[in-house]
Amino acid sequence: MSYQKRTKDQLAARVAQDIFDGAVVNLGIGQPTLVANHLPEGREVILHSENGILGMGPAPAEGEEDYDLINAGKQPVTLLKGGSFFHHADSFAMMRGGHLDICVLGAFQVSATGDLANWSTGEPGAIPAVGGAMDLAIGAKQTWVMMDLLTKKGESKIVAQCSYPLTGIACVKRVYSDLATLECTPQGLKLIDKVEGLDHAELEKLVGLPIQPE
Amino acid sequence: MINKIARSIAEALADVKDGSTVLIGGFGTAGIPNELIDGLIEQGAKDLTVVNNNAGNAEVGLAALLKAGRVRKIICSFPRQADSQVFDGLYRSGQLELELVPQGNLAERIRAAGAGIGAFFCPTGFGTQLAGDRETREIDGKQYVLEYPIHGDVALIKAEKGDRWGNLSYRKAARNFGPVMAMASDRTIATVHEIVELGEMDPEAIVTPGIFVHQIVRIDRVATQAGGFKKAA
Repeated sequence: MSYQKRTKDQLAARVAQDIFDGAVVNLGIGQPTLVANHLPEGREVILHSENGILGMGPAPAEGEEDYDLINAGKQPVTLLKGGSFFHHADSFAMMRGGHLDICVLGAFQVSATGDLANWSTGEPGAIPAVGGAMDLAIGAKQTWVMMDLLTKKGESKIVAQCSYPLTGIACVKRVYSDLATLECTPQGLKLIDKVEGLDHAELEKLVGLPIQPE
Repeated sequence: MINKIARSIAEALADVKDGSTVLIGGFGTAGIPNELIDGLIEQGAKDLTVVNNNAGNAEVGLAALLKAGRVRKIICSFPRQADSQVFDGLYRSGQLELELVPQGNLAERIRAAGAGIGAFFCPTGFGTQLAGDRETREIDGKQYVLEYPIHGDVALIKAEKGDRWGNLSYRKAARNFGPVMAMASDRTIATVHEIVELGEMDPEAIVTPGIFVHQIVRIDRVATQAGGFKKAA
């Protein structure tokens, strides 16, 4: 049987579907930012930005940019009614202190038990940069990863053990990918859903690891 | 009479010594005190350790300080950006030492210095390269790494409004590291766009109380600048 990968927007919509009404959420730089465009109507979700914003709104209209009001990717944003500003120590206390419900991050690799590698490929000569990735990964009540399941070379980004430098240990709860949504547990991977037409054995073959059925 | 208002940036920066640790506020271009950094370049202090979230944008401000060869070491969380070419070159050629710190640890280590905390156990970074060989401890079943304070000889921060007691308020997300850096330095110098009479700032809305601030300098307001990301073509 043939199957279609989720597009970036379909994947963002899939993640958004699981964000509950009233959640405080941090969306990582890059692909996770797309999730904000797909939040189902009727759900009130507060977006946190680690540079010190709660109640972050969408990008401003052209010409209205204010670079004192930027997101973690340094792009101009807006503030919703009820939004607030705070300093960095408070912002990261919101993570470590367990006040943030969900964070959605990109990843290079995730292990079956939820180890995350997303800050460095470890290449010699590469300039390292970590930002808030490590704080977010271990701080939010739930850390979700949003990524393509396979690398461009067709290797699984879900692995038995990360080969890239770690961001955090056993911190990823779920992986939302273009082919399947999987839960990381101390016992390994568990299926939440997969794209139509992709059978279980084929998914396990792509990942190269056993996946407990839903 | 207490009067923390400096007449000029040069006067405020006159005592910065070679070898100082300088905490510089800002996240990307928001809240980065470029006027004070330009003043520091002019003042001439060298062999500095700079603490900032990033490592300079384009060729101005912190990037210009790096380019001028005044900085020996930078402590930051996210040096690599679309426009961090000055840092990239110095780092690659081994002319600049880098201590990479997770962003929240950076903020909390600075806060700890200001709050008189000797060290603290923090879960961030446990089991990663960035925990280095620092002491770890299991507390209630969770793993932590011992983190030490980052104290500044000088802090340079950008605020919005101030008075002669040094009370400060900030503007939007430009607040970022300002309040914790102000606490953590022997000498905190802030620029403001507006200086008001004592009593004019709403006491409920003073973000940094004057006790943490040593000098304020008024600067002209200029349009906020983009930086740190690749603009869509």
